[in-house]
Amino acid sequence: MSTATTVLHDEHHAHYQPGIMRWLTTTNHKDIGTMYLTFALIMFMVGGAMILAVRAELFQPGLQFLKPEFFNQLIGIHALVMIFAALMPAATGFANWMLPLMIGAPDMALPRLNNWGFWLLPPAAILLTLPFTLALFGIGDGALATGWTFYAPLSVQGGIGVDFAIFAVHLLGISSVMGSINIIVTIFNMRAPGMTMMKLPLFAWGWLITAFLLIATIPVLAGAVTMLLTDRHFGTHFFNAAGGGDPILFQHLFWFFGHPEVYILLLPVWGFIPHILSAFSRKPIYGYKAQVYSFWAIGILSVVVWAHHFLTAGMPVPALLYFMYSTMSISVPLAVLFFCWIATMWKGSMSFETPMLFATGWIILFGIGGLTGLVLADVAADAQYHHTYFVVAHFHYTLFAGGMMGIMAGVYYWLPKMTGHMYNETLGKLHFWLTAIAFNITFIPQFFLGLAGMPRRIPDYALQFAEFNMISSIGAFILGLSQLIMVYNIVSCVRGGKKATDKPWEGAQGLEWTLPSPPPYHSFTEQPVVE
Amino acid sequence: MALHFIKKAGPGLMLSLWSLVAHAEFSWNFPKPVTPMAVDTLHVHNKFMVIILAIFIIVLGIMIYSIINHRKSKGYQAATFTGPSTRSQLIWTMVPFAILIYIDFVLMGIPAYHSVVLMEDTKNGADMVLKVTGMQWRWQYEYMDGDAKGIKFVSNLATPEDQIHNKAAKGEHYLLETDNHVVLPVNKKVRILLTSNDVIHTWWVPQFGSARDAIPGFLRETWVKIEEPGTYRGQCKELCGKGHGFMPIVVDAVPEDKYKEWVAAKKTDLAAASAGADKAWSKDDLIAHGKEVYEKNCAVCHQSNGQGLPPTFPALAGSKVINGPIFDTSGKLIANSHLDRVFNGKNVMPAWKAVLNDVDIAAVVTFERNSFGNTLGDAVQPAQVKALR
Amino acid sequence: MATQTQHGHYFVPNPSLYPFILSSGLLLMTSGFIFNIHHYSAGPWMMLSGFLAVLYVLFGWFDKVIGESESGMYKNWEDRSFRVGMIVFISSEVAFFSAFFGALFYLRNISVPELAHFDPSFTMYKDFLGTWPSAGPGGVVLGSEYKPPQFTPMSAWGIPALNTLILLSSGATVTWAHWGLLKNKRPQLILGLFLTVALGLTFLGLQSYEYHHAYTEMGLTLGAGAYGATFFMLTGFHGLHVTLGTIMLIVILVRSIKGHFKPDHHFGFEGVAWYWHFVDVVWLLLFVLVYWL
Ligand code: HEA
Ligand code: HEA
Ligand code: HEC
Ligand code: CUA
Ligand SMILES: [Cu+2]
Repeated sequence: MSTATTVLHDEHHAHYQPGIMRWLTTTNHKDIGTMYLTFALIMFMVGGAMILAVRAELFQPGLQFLKPEFFNQLIGIHALVMIFAALMPAATGFANWMLPLMIGAPDMALPRLNNWGFWLLPPAAILLTLPFTLALFGIGDGALATGWTFYAPLSVQGGIGVDFAIFAVHLLGISSVMGSINIIVTIFNMRAPGMTMMKLPLFAWGWLITAFLLIATIPVLAGAVTMLLTDRHFGTHFFNAAGGGDPILFQHLFWFFGHPEVYILLLPVWGFIPHILSAFSRKPIYGYKAQVYSFWAIGILSVVVWAHHFLTAGMPVPALLYFMYSTMSISVPLAVLFFCWIATMWKGSMSFETPMLFATGWIILFGIGGLTGLVLADVAADAQYHHTYFVVAHFHYTLFAGGMMGIMAGVYYWLPKMTGHMYNETLGKLHFWLTAIAFNITFIPQFFLGLAGMPRRIPDYALQFAEFNMISSIGAFILGLSQLIMVYNIVSCVRGGKKATDKPWEGAQGLEWTLPSPPPYHSFTEQPVVE
Repeated sequence: MALHFIKKAGPGLMLSLWSLVAHAEFSWNFPKPVTPMAVDTLHVHNKFMVIILAIFIIVLGIMIYSIINHRKSKGYQAATFTGPSTRSQLIWTMVPFAILIYIDFVLMGIPAYHSVVLMEDTKNGADMVLKVTGMQWRWQYEYMDGDAKGIKFVSNLATPEDQIHNKAAKGEHYLLETDNHVVLPVNKKVRILLTSNDVIHTWWVPQFGSARDAIPGFLRETWVKIEEPGTYRGQCKELCGKGHGFMPIVVDAVPEDKYKEWVAAKKTDLAAASAGADKAWSKDDLIAHGKEVYEKNCAVCHQSNGQGLPPTFPALAGSKVINGPIFDTSGKLIANSHLDRVFNGKNVMPAWKAVLNDVDIAAVVTFERNSFGNTLGDAVQPAQVKALR
Repeated sequence: MATQTQHGHYFVPNPSLYPFILSSGLLLMTSGFIFNIHHYSAGPWMMLSGFLAVLYVLFGWFDKVIGESESGMYKNWEDRSFRVGMIVFISSEVAFFSAFFGALFYLRNISVPELAHFDPSFTMYKDFLGTWPSAGPGGVVLGSEYKPPQFTPMSAWGIPALNTLILLSSGATVTWAHWGLLKNKRPQLILGLFLTVALGLTFLGLQSYEYHHAYTEMGLTLGAGAYGATFFMLTGFHGLHVTLGTIMLIVILVRSIKGHFKPDHHFGFEGVAWYWHFVDVVWLLLFVLVYWL
């Protein structure tokens, strides 16, 4: 993409209010993006700290530190925090920061709404975690203890934590819908002249499909938890056989959202990884169109395969077969993506700075996650895998490696642009290697635990599972500590460091690199023209 | 097979950890299958693992080749292609696509189809029916037909509290032992019906290759045909509350004649128990028996000391419900009285009438009325409970 | 959209505290609601203060937007953002309703029949027929004895049919008002809107009468099993949307009277009209799927 830009530097000074008020009131996409990213980083630590407590408990058989009820609360809130308060906000943060820069827009299309979208998140996080604190004061019996999936009737039976989580989901839902509206409108309406849809950066395409999926599925989740609320307090029988309802209805509704959600989490990452690969291979993206079509295919397929999450719940054979084959077919567009990623690297002139390390490591680890997903889809074998640690390992390869490590690649890639400083390359590389190795120590044993028959969500386990659990816990602690390196690196990069040039990566392409690092408060006061 | 997984990543560090656990036993794959379904699942699983491993190695291999050779530090000049440029290249890139479709729907799809059909074939040629009811946090088993018809019992975790809380050495079958084993004959197709009294549970014995949810108010089914005598252990695998990790399943598979013996013995026990309901019990006997019943069934929620875990599980010590009358002057059961609550349950409190026999219920109620500082001094007779049914 | 040219300046609003207050208000409202339901005395007060905050923001924020609009800060470019945004928002509402329609479909066609047709040798609910409308077989689940109530299902050909007519005509009157606006016939605009509001209010009146009747005389309550739950949740959420729609209509009616909106520039009007049509379509589906079939 060749660009001719006419960037007028900000003549009038950036006008924002001083101190904290700048952040509470801002309508600037970069400020909002920064808040999203900061929030995500903090919540990543919070969610990680929770699961470290869990891994400490699982270090040995027997109950050491946690009561079973508290254990159940920790795993569910860990998952909700990681997914909704860390991974999604991180992706939204990038969208806010980078989309306007990448498509040559003055700002996001609906800036006040954008601010609201962010400021719904802290209240939602408060609702999720407040019950822990309340329980200390004798109010209620702690947070949601049903796992992140809220399955009825366990959640109908549960305590005050379930109500808090229900409303947290409502707020998160509104936030996502607002964010998605904003992103869709921005992409449709704010592109620079000449930037046709098929010239959009892949990152924008990934986010566009994500936003569509959010619009289609988040409200369904909101509906499901609303039914849960009325079942709990207002006498309805949606999920109670006595009234003609069915607990499985909840699972259908939840996973109608829940399965697309996993692609909601990854599509933005699939969007920017090619940019990184291309930058460090010094070679254009391979198969742009094929990737865009694959995004569409994944988006469409993702809403028709949901029941593979409860294959053991009992369904007619044709339904089982349908959900099995449709799930397997998602591997086709993903194979296209893998092919394009590798072809982008092929015959490039590669160098391995931290973002590239993360991107290549990401391909390998996400590949493991995806391929194990493929076998999970097999109905008969899934009876064995289902709700064991095999699944836990699968989804950490996709969520932590595929999600978080992808985000980390993005963080290192764009940090110089966002802060105007270079991060510490040595620490970055150290962070990568520690993360990649510790991650495998943590989760490879879990595949074997699952195969050997260890169910998930149990605070205590039989003796034959002891050794692998110990290894896994050790891995988790190394993994947790390694993340502190990243935190340190980010903080010191924000505060200072070597000045970054406008385009710190030799092979990087795209409008965002035509602006100074850091970009001015108001990026493109006049839109660039894309030829 | 499974060893290959290890080779995928992080081998160095894995090895260095080896010394830590040098004497440990590791299990790398499914436990030994003992039913046709489990054998089939294992085959399918092994096949799939080989397939994905092959894909992984090929894809990874190409990538690593590229990483090693196409480096800037080696002075490699970047190419500029952005997609297949000629027709033949296009066809060439479609090849992996076709391979993948072949793998998905033929190589993997066809065996998977057969296993699904096998798995769902619960009814044809079934020799007997076992009904399994999940409840927080125990399993109830009921034999539905044949000689064994009418046998019904609850199976609780048998691992002592002290082992769980690290106050005693852990036994061999830590967390995988129950007080009453299910006994099934070998080489018979057993149709298993599943339901639940409260939340969703999943009945799962890994060596049987069958797992199915027990859903409150619904019936679900699966089947087993155990081909080898032995004791098989499994666990509940759907999160069902705080006792989810403590809800094991133990099945004894025995030859036909042993099974018949067991059925006969079990029937005699049941007859004795129901005879017990008609005789008058002394208060002390009731309290002594009630204590046992309480420890087994009630202590998970209301705790051994009767203090409960408020706010979820109420304390029984000093409870208003307990410290009230049970029968009104005309001898009718008072609604929301102590016996009513235990017999019929309320919200999370299970209805014990479906689980415990008359003697157990009378005993546990009597025990509660005379323990934890409750001093009502009265007793409920099994016959009074029987009259409620 | 591919034919974009140089757009000129895009309006980026000044910093605003409204979003933050709105979120805080929502936090107070939701947590207050939870405390209330669990009988903590702080609950109602938290809900009230949260509600006031939300109300304050609604007035302030909309006032500001209207002010910006009237002072000509929104041009075609901004206008198109609002339009696309509104369409996406309405799509998300469609998804929300489809969750409840999905539940209706599932309960009616899958779970109720299944409950009635277990393997005859092991039937759990002997006399349960599984026909629709159904309040379920009853029984012990989660420890509570539930006996399905006797209820009369809502018939389609009384008030509901009338309501269908009312909503359809209100759709026509908004469109008529829109024509008036396009042709700059202000009286037609105002009269059209006025009629629409009146029809909306009538609808709501009839609907509340129907609810009252259902609760007091037909035994049809939220607790009346699968039928009651889906009936009230679907019509209830629809009613809520009609209420919101009516409020928005009143706002644009007042604005029209004040002389706002131009024939070529009136996103506020159109947004509300779209919303109203959407509410209309949902009702048609409701009428067919909930009342009629
Ligand atoms: C971002 C997250 C993410 C992603 C991307 C995926 C991707 C996939 N997942 Fe996963 N999954 C989860 C997150 C994710 N999953 C989570 C969180 C759960 C558990 C939820 C819970 O219960 O709490 C779960 C559970 C889960 C289950 C239910 C298991 C159970 O509970 O019993 C199943 C079953 O089918 C499944 C399948 C798949 C499949 C088929 C894919 C596919 O999309 C994978 C496609 C990828 C590939 C197939 C590999 C890539 C291709 C190649 C390497 C190319 C090969 C090339 C050639 C052959 C040329 N997943
Ligand atoms: C994006 C999603 C995401 C991410 C990033 C993670 C990250 C991690 N997860 Fe999580 N996980 C889920 C999503 C995620 N998980 C989901 C969806 C479930 C299912 C829940 C359910 O069953 O309902 C789950 C469940 C789950 C389980 C299973 C629990 C059970 O079934 O009993 C385990 C067990 O090992 C686990 C481990 C880990 C570990 C070790 C990490 C590590 O990668 C975390 C590393 C990061 C840190 C550790 C933070 C570092 C911070 C510090 C070290 C500082 C500490 C600070 C202070 C103390 C102030 N996770
Ligand atoms: C699954 C957990 C659980 C088990 C097991 C359990 N209970 Fe309960 N029990 C409860 C709960 C929860 C309540 C409160 C019910 C309510 O009022 O909503 C309760 C209430 C009671 C009450 C009334 C106490 C009061 O003051 O309200 C009595 C008596 C009682 N249980 C006895 C028993 C006996 C006897 C057993 C064993 C045979 C038993 N419980 C087993 C959970 C349990
Ligand atoms: Cu029962 Cu888990
Ligand atoms: Cu899925």
